[in-house]
Amino acid sequence: MFKPLALVAAVLTAFSLNAFAKTELTVYTALEAEQLKTYKQAFEKANPDIEIKWVRDSTGIITAKLLAEKDRPHADVVWGLAASSLAILDQQGMLDNYAPKDLDKIGKNYRDAANPPAWVGMDVWAATICFNTVEAEKQGLSKPVSWQDLTKPEYKGKIVMPNPASSGTGFLDVSAWLQTFGEKQGWQYMDDLHQNIGQYVHSGSKPCKLAASGEFPIGISFEYPAVQLKRQGAPLDIILPKEGLGWDIEATAVIKGTPHADAAKKLADFSASTAAMDLYKENFAVLAQPGIAKPQTELPADYEQRLIKNDFAWASKSRDSILTEWRKRYDGKSEKQ
Amino acid sequence: MAAEMTLPIPRQASRAETGDRIFVLGGKLLWLLLLGVAVLLPLLAIFWRGFSSDAGQGGGLVAARELVTSANFHWLLGNSLKVSLSVAAIVVPLAYLFAYALQRTLIPGKAIWRGLSLLPLMAPSMLPGIALVYLFGNQGMLRGLLSDNIYGFWGIVLGEVIYTFPHALMILLSALSLADARLFDAASSMGASPARAFRSITWPATRQAVFAAFCLVFTLTITDFGVPVVVGGDYQVLALEAYKAVVGQQQFGRGALIGMVLLLPALFSFGVDAWLRRRHGDSMSGRAQVFQPAPSRLRDACYLAIVLLICAVLLLVFGMAVYSSLVKFWPYNLSLSLNHYQFEDTAGGGWLAYRNSLTMALCTALIGSVLIFTGAYLMEKTKSQKGLNLALRMLSFVPMAVPGLVLGLGYVFFFNLNGNPLHVFYGTMTLLVVCTIAHYLTTAQMTATTALRQLDSEFEAAALSLKAPLYRHYLRVTVPICLPALLDIVRYLFVSGMTTVSAAIFLYSPDTILAAVAVLNMDDAGNVGGAAAMSTLILFTSVSVSLLLAWASRGALRRSQAWRQTAPGQ
Amino acid sequence: MNTALTHPGAPMTVRGIQKRFGAFTALDNVSLDVAAGELVCLLGPSGCGKTTLLRCIAGLERQDSGELRLGNRDVSLLPPQARDYGILFQSYALFPNLTVEANIGYGLTGSGRDEVRKRVGQMLELVGLLGSEKKYPGQLSGGQQQRVALARALAPAPSLLLLDEPMSALDARVREHLCTELRQLQRRLGITTLMVTHNQDEAMLMADRIAVMNNGKVEQYATPQEIYDRPATPFVAEFVGQGNWLPFNRNSASHAQVGGMNMRLADDAGVATSGRLFCRPEAISVNPPVHEENLFPAKVREITFLGNRCRMSFELEQLPGHPLLAELAPEAMPRLGGQEIWVALPPRSLQVFA
Repeated sequence: MFKPLALVAAVLTAFSLNAFAKTELTVYTALEAEQLKTYKQAFEKANPDIEIKWVRDSTGIITAKLLAEKDRPHADVVWGLAASSLAILDQQGMLDNYAPKDLDKIGKNYRDAANPPAWVGMDVWAATICFNTVEAEKQGLSKPVSWQDLTKPEYKGKIVMPNPASSGTGFLDVSAWLQTFGEKQGWQYMDDLHQNIGQYVHSGSKPCKLAASGEFPIGISFEYPAVQLKRQGAPLDIILPKEGLGWDIEATAVIKGTPHADAAKKLADFSASTAAMDLYKENFAVLAQPGIAKPQTELPADYEQRLIKNDFAWASKSRDSILTEWRKRYDGKSEKQ
Repeated sequence: MAAEMTLPIPRQASRAETGDRIFVLGGKLLWLLLLGVAVLLPLLAIFWRGFSSDAGQGGGLVAARELVTSANFHWLLGNSLKVSLSVAAIVVPLAYLFAYALQRTLIPGKAIWRGLSLLPLMAPSMLPGIALVYLFGNQGMLRGLLSDNIYGFWGIVLGEVIYTFPHALMILLSALSLADARLFDAASSMGASPARAFRSITWPATRQAVFAAFCLVFTLTITDFGVPVVVGGDYQVLALEAYKAVVGQQQFGRGALIGMVLLLPALFSFGVDAWLRRRHGDSMSGRAQVFQPAPSRLRDACYLAIVLLICAVLLLVFGMAVYSSLVKFWPYNLSLSLNHYQFEDTAGGGWLAYRNSLTMALCTALIGSVLIFTGAYLMEKTKSQKGLNLALRMLSFVPMAVPGLVLGLGYVFFFNLNGNPLHVFYGTMTLLVVCTIAHYLTTAQMTATTALRQLDSEFEAAALSLKAPLYRHYLRVTVPICLPALLDIVRYLFVSGMTTVSAAIFLYSPDTILAAVAVLNMDDAGNVGGAAAMSTLILFTSVSVSLLLAWASRGALRRSQAWRQTAPGQ
Repeated sequence: MNTALTHPGAPMTVRGIQKRFGAFTALDNVSLDVAAGELVCLLGPSGCGKTTLLRCIAGLERQDSGELRLGNRDVSLLPPQARDYGILFQSYALFPNLTVEANIGYGLTGSGRDEVRKRVGQMLELVGLLGSEKKYPGQLSGGQQQRVALARALAPAPSLLLLDEPMSALDARVREHLCTELRQLQRRLGITTLMVTHNQDEAMLMADRIAVMNNGKVEQYATPQEIYDRPATPFVAEFVGQGNWLPFNRNSASHAQVGGMNMRLADDAGVATSGRLFCRPEAISVNPPVHEENLFPAKVREITFLGNRCRMSFELEQLPGHPLLAELAPEAMPRLGGQEIWVALPPRSLQVFA
C-alpha cells in the first residue's frame, strides 16, 4: 500500500512542480509547427532568462481557448495569431496595449491603429489555391485562374477547403469573398462552391497538403504550405486567383494582467524587431516591416498588390455572425445536390 | 526426549492488528476517495455543466431543448446510430465466427491468429482510419476497388469494424471457451445434428455474450471520434461534435449535453446486460467437462478460410499503416525513408509526445495494477465493512458504463472548475494517469477478481488464525499466486495508456501531450505520414511490451510449475 | 516423543450466542462448555449452524450477541489474530506457493530462524512427515496435506484447535484411519478441540462429547453413548443412527398402547402422553430363547444381508401396514420371508416423544 503512494507522490512532484529559475512564458500561437523551433531558439538566445512554453493550435481553437479563459487567462502573450482574432480579444478588453521598441519601423497597415497598439503585426499570409498538376492531367481538369472558376461542375468533389470556424485561413477566405463579391453574392458563391467541396478540414495547411499528395487535386489554402510543399517537390501549381487574395496579419499581443508582464513585453519587442523579421522572411513574402522581405521564387513579384483591401474591423466585428451563418449553411449537411 | 517445550512465541497480535486496520480500512477508504474523485465527481460535473446555462457555453435547459430539437442534432444522431448499428451488425457475426474457429474447431496456428486479431488493440483508433485513407482514399492503393472514395459513412464503418473487432472477439472467446462436453455427448447420443446441437446448446449459452458484444461495439463506436476525424470527411457524428464543441469552440455546456446523450446507450446496454445476467445466472456447473472438438476436415477448412481472410485484412490494414509511414512522399515518391519519424519539426508534439506516452503508460500500468489489484483483494477477501465493500464494488463498475470521451469531458468540467483545489492537477501527467486508470478500471478489476476468486476462500482465515497480518499474507501468498493475472493487468493498462485518446484529448497540456493525441493533431494538420509514423511507433511499443510481459508471465509460470501442478484452474 | 508440544489446553465457554443473516437465524441462543483437553464434535445437517458457530469462535464471523471465553479471557470481540487458536479447514487452505516448511512456519513470526526450523521439524515429526520440508502441497497426497495443515495449525502452540469437516475431502478408506490418528494426537497433546462434522460415524469415533445441532440450536450435548442410547429429541434420534417409529397412546405411567399391543415402558422412557415411540433396530430380538417383556407376534417381510449382520424388515401382527426394522447377528436371523416369528421390544430400549 505504501509503495504506490510513494510512486504517486513522485509523479506529483515530477509533473506538478516546476523548479525553474527561468521565467516560464506561456505563449499561445497558431503559427505553423515547423516555424516554432526557430522562433523559440532565436528569442531565448536573445533573452536567456526566459523560456517559452508553446500552446499551439489552429487559429479558431486558440481564439476560442483565449475567449473561454477570459476570466482566468493561462496565456501570458500571443505570438502569431490572426489580427482579426486579436481584434476580438481587444474588444473583450483582454489585451494590454503596448508599444514595442521597433514600433516605428512597422508599416501602419500592419498594426492596431490605437496608440499604443493592442497588437502589432509580424507578417501577412494570404489565400492561395494549391493545384496538383499531375492529378489534373490524369483527371483532365483545367487549371482554374479565379475563385469563380472553382464553381465549375468539372471540379465536383475535387476541392478541399478549411472550415472557417476552426481555421484562420478558412475565415479569411470567407471574409474576403463576402468583401469582394458583396454579402449576397458572396454567400451565393459559397453555395455554388459547396457543391464542389470534397471535404471541409480543420486546418488551413491541410488542404494544400491533401492537394500535394493528390488526395484532392485542389486545395484552398495559403501560400506558406504551398511554397514549402513545392520546395519539397510536390507537383503543385500555386494559383493566385485574379479577383484578389483574402489575407490576414499574423500578429503579437500581450495579455492583460499577466504575472509575467516584463517577459511578455520583451517577447513583443522581439516579435516586432528586425531580427525577428529576418526569421519571418524565410517563410513569408510580405512582412510588417517594409523593405526586409525577399521575393520568393514560387510567388510572383507583384504578390503584395494582389491582396484585397481588407476591412479588419468589419471582419472581426462580423466574425460571429459569419461563422453562425456558415455553420448553418454548410456544416452538418451532407446532402449535396 | 525434550523437556517442557513451550516455544517463546511473541504474541504480535496487536501490531498485526493495527497494521491490518491500516491496510484494510485505509486501503478501502483510499479507494473510496479515488473512485469518488476520479469517477463520481467528474460524472456529476457533466450534469452540472450540461444543465447550468453560462453565457457562451451552450449549456442549460433551454440550450438542451434547442439542441435536441435542432435538425443538425437529428442528423448527427441519425449518423451516429446508423454507423454504430452497422458496425455492430458487421463485427459481432465476424467475431463470433472467429471466436468459434479458435475455441470449437481444430484449425492450426490458433496462437498466431489470436495474436493477429489483437492488433487493433495495440494502436489508437486513428490507425485503421489512416490505413484506410492510404488504401481506399483518392490516391489509395486499392482505390480502384471502390466506386467512390472512402471518406464518409463507409470509411467510418470500416475503420470502426477493425478497431472494435478484438473487443467483441474477447467477449465471445471467453463465452465460447466455456462448454460442457457432456451436453454435446448427450446431444449426439440422441442423434442431434451439429446444427441442432448449436441451436440448442451453443447458442443459448452464448447469446448473452453476443448481446454484450453488440452493446460494447455499439458503445465504442458511437463514442469514438478517432476514426471519424480521419476518414469521416463531411459525414459527421455526435462524438466528433462533442470534441469540436469542447476543443474547437470551447463550448463546454454543449459538449456536456452531447456527452450526456452519448452516455445513454452505454448506460442502457449496461443496465440490460446486468439485468440479463441476474435473470440467467451462471449456467455452467462446476463439474463441466472440458469440451474437445471432434476432428472434421470440412468444418476446419471453412473456418480456416474465414480466419485467414480476417487476419489478411488486419495484416493488410496494419501493414499499410507501417508502410505508409516509411514512404517519402505519397504517392509520387514511393522510396522508403524515416523522414516521417523526424517528429521534432512537425506539429503535434514530436518525440516529447512519445516520451510522455511512455511515462503515462508506465505509471498507469504500475500504479494502476497495484491499486486495482489491491483494491480488488480488499473487496473480495475481507468480510468486514460490508457497506463499504458494496459501495466500492458498485462504484468500480461505473467506469464500464462511461465512455472515455464522456469521462474526459467530466474531468475537464470538474478539475477546471473555479475554486476546485484539485485544479492544480489540470493538464498534469498525474491527472492523465488518474483518468486513464479510472477509464480502464473495471476490466482490470474484473481480471483481478476472477483470479482472486479462484483462490481458496479460507486462505485469509488460515493466515489470520496463524496470527499473520493480512498485508503480509497478501504480499507473500496472494500476489505470487496471482502473478500471471497481475501481469495481464499491467499489460492491459500499459497498452490502454499508450493508445488512449478519447479522454486524454481533453486533458493534455503542451508539456504532457501524448503520442496518440499527436497522431490526431498531425492528421488534423494534414501530416498524414507523420500520423502514420507515430501510430506505428505506438503499435510497435504496445506489441513489444505485450510480448515482453507474455514472456515474463510464462517465465513466472514455469518457475512456479512445481507448486502449480495441482493448483485449481491452471 | 515430545509430550508437551502445546500449552495445556484451555477450557472454552460459549454463552448465549445469537447470529442472524437477514431473516435467517443461524444461531439461536447457543451455549456450550468445552472442558480443557476435551474433544467436542458439532454434529448436524448442513445449515444447522455448526459451521457458523465455529466461525464465530474463530472470529471469522461476528455474533450478534453472546459471549465467548477461551481460558480466562473474554474473546467475544477480539479479531481472529488475537484469539489464540489453530484451525484446520475442510480444504486445508495450504498456501500452494509455499513449501511444507514455509507453510508450517507461517505463523511462527517473531521467532529466530533456528527456532522456527526446530519447531517445524518437531511438528513434522509429530505428524510423521519428516523429510517433506521442501515439497509443495501440490506434491502431497490428500492425507499428507491434511497432516501438514494440522502441523501448521498446531505450530504456534494454540490453546484451542478448531477442525472444520477435516475428513470430508478424503477417501472413505483413509478416513477412519486418519480419524483414529487425529484422535490419538489430540489426546496426546491434550489440546482442547472443537470439530465440525456432518458425519455421525466420525463424531462417534472421535468425540468426548457431541453437540447435535439443528436449526441453530443445540438439541443435545452429551457423550456419544448417551446421544445414541438416550436421544433427547426426535431429531437427535432420527439424525444419529437408525430407528423405528411407532404411533402410541399412553395408558399409564408404565404402559403405552401401540396398535393392538400394550407395551411396557421403562421409568425414564419419557413423559409424552401420545405421539411417537422410538426403538433402535438392534435393540429388537427375534424369537428370544427366554421369555422377555413386550413380546409380540410378527411376520417377516424381507431380509438383507449386510456382511457382519443382517437387516430384517417385519410387520407386527397387531400393527399391520407399518414395517419395522431389526438388526441382528446373521445366526440369529430367521431364514425365510413370510415366516411367522416373535419379536421382543425391551422396555429400556423404548422412548416416547410427543
